[in-house]
Amino acid sequence: MTREVKIYTTPTCPYCRMAKKFLDDNGIKYQEFNIVEDKAAREEMKNKCSSLAVPTICFDNEMMVGFNEAELRKKLGL
Amino acid sequence: MYELIIIGGGPAGMTAAVYAARKKLNTLLISYDIGGQVLWTSGVENYMGYQFIEGSELMQKFQEQVKQFPIDIKTGEKVSSLSQTSGGFEATTDTGEIYQARAAIMATGKRPRQLNVPGEEKFRSRGVTYCAICDGPLFAGENVAVIGGGNSALEAADDMVKIADHVYLVSLTPLTGDQILIDKVESASNLTMFLEHEVMEVKGESRVEGIKIRDLKSKQERALKVSGIFIEIGLIPNSEPFKGIVRLNRLGEIEVNCANETSVLGLFAAGDVTNVPEKQIVVAAGEGAKAALKAHHYLQRLSK
Repeated sequence: MTREVKIYTTPTCPYCRMAKKFLDDNGIKYQEFNIVEDKAAREEMKNKCSSLAVPTICFDNEMMVGFNEAELRKKLGL
Repeated sequence: MYELIIIGGGPAGMTAAVYAARKKLNTLLISYDIGGQVLWTSGVENYMGYQFIEGSELMQKFQEQVKQFPIDIKTGEKVSSLSQTSGGFEATTDTGEIYQARAAIMATGKRPRQLNVPGEEKFRSRGVTYCAICDGPLFAGENVAVIGGGNSALEAADDMVKIADHVYLVSLTPLTGDQILIDKVESASNLTMFLEHEVMEVKGESRVEGIKIRDLKSKQERALKVSGIFIEIGLIPNSEPFKGIVRLNRLGEIEVNCANETSVLGLFAAGDVTNVPEKQIVVAAGEGAKAALKAHHYLQRLSK
């Protein structure tokens, strides 16, 4: 099953690095948006996901804020 | 069955793992994450050998050193309870796994304390944050409040004055952090301090729009318009899984003696989760080493 996974990050956020490493290690393709540089992505994250924290991970109709390995595993069906 | 289970993968747990591995103990390290609280630290300037290093980079180096040794590591699982068995100890994790060992070291560290005021939980990740280095950039050009008067709060305030429009620093007490940080924050032109003030409420519709604070002495209330609130009011020990089995002090820290022994034979503890004074990376690492050496000693006597 291929899903469109988007992850919104800041360069200084350790949980963003952990989340990306987890996605990489599990062969999940994703699009990353650095919300420090990408203002449009920042607004998209705030408005579409109504989140003001990183990492925000969005896929299909689901989203999660923060990095919780067990929960992400479940949501991605790993 | 392992000889030793180390619970927690911060500086104490990882140092314990290296010492245990060098004693050739059959060891398991279980931790939700690798690096613990150090991951939230932007820069470390007091870990010997490095004049300056990013917290996450230092923990990467710790991890590389642990991985030199053939010990089992489980991450992404949290130990939810620990119990005593006839042969030693049994750790159950939140994913339902059970691990057994003859001895255990608890090194689960601390986590951020919450304010426990109305609105805090509702607006978590919607303006309320406990990770200033993660979420700070989201509030560029906006008004924010930093809550707390210690080093973490001062560091967050110092980071935010550079990117936010205005920063309010709200502390229950006078500032308690290092003078070098106090000087930096006091010299910022876009920062207002409310010392000896308490936070009453976090307000907003779908996201944070402001906070209500109150002067402890005059009881005068004041509303501050902010879109972000950074809570940096200290830490509480991650000792809940060990509550029934081992003695804790009134702060919830695991009581250890100077050899890292707890109230239960064969059960050791190290780092910020314990009652050892001074929560520092270098102290936690040293305590982890001591705990592993003592556990080795205990296991040696046990097998005689």
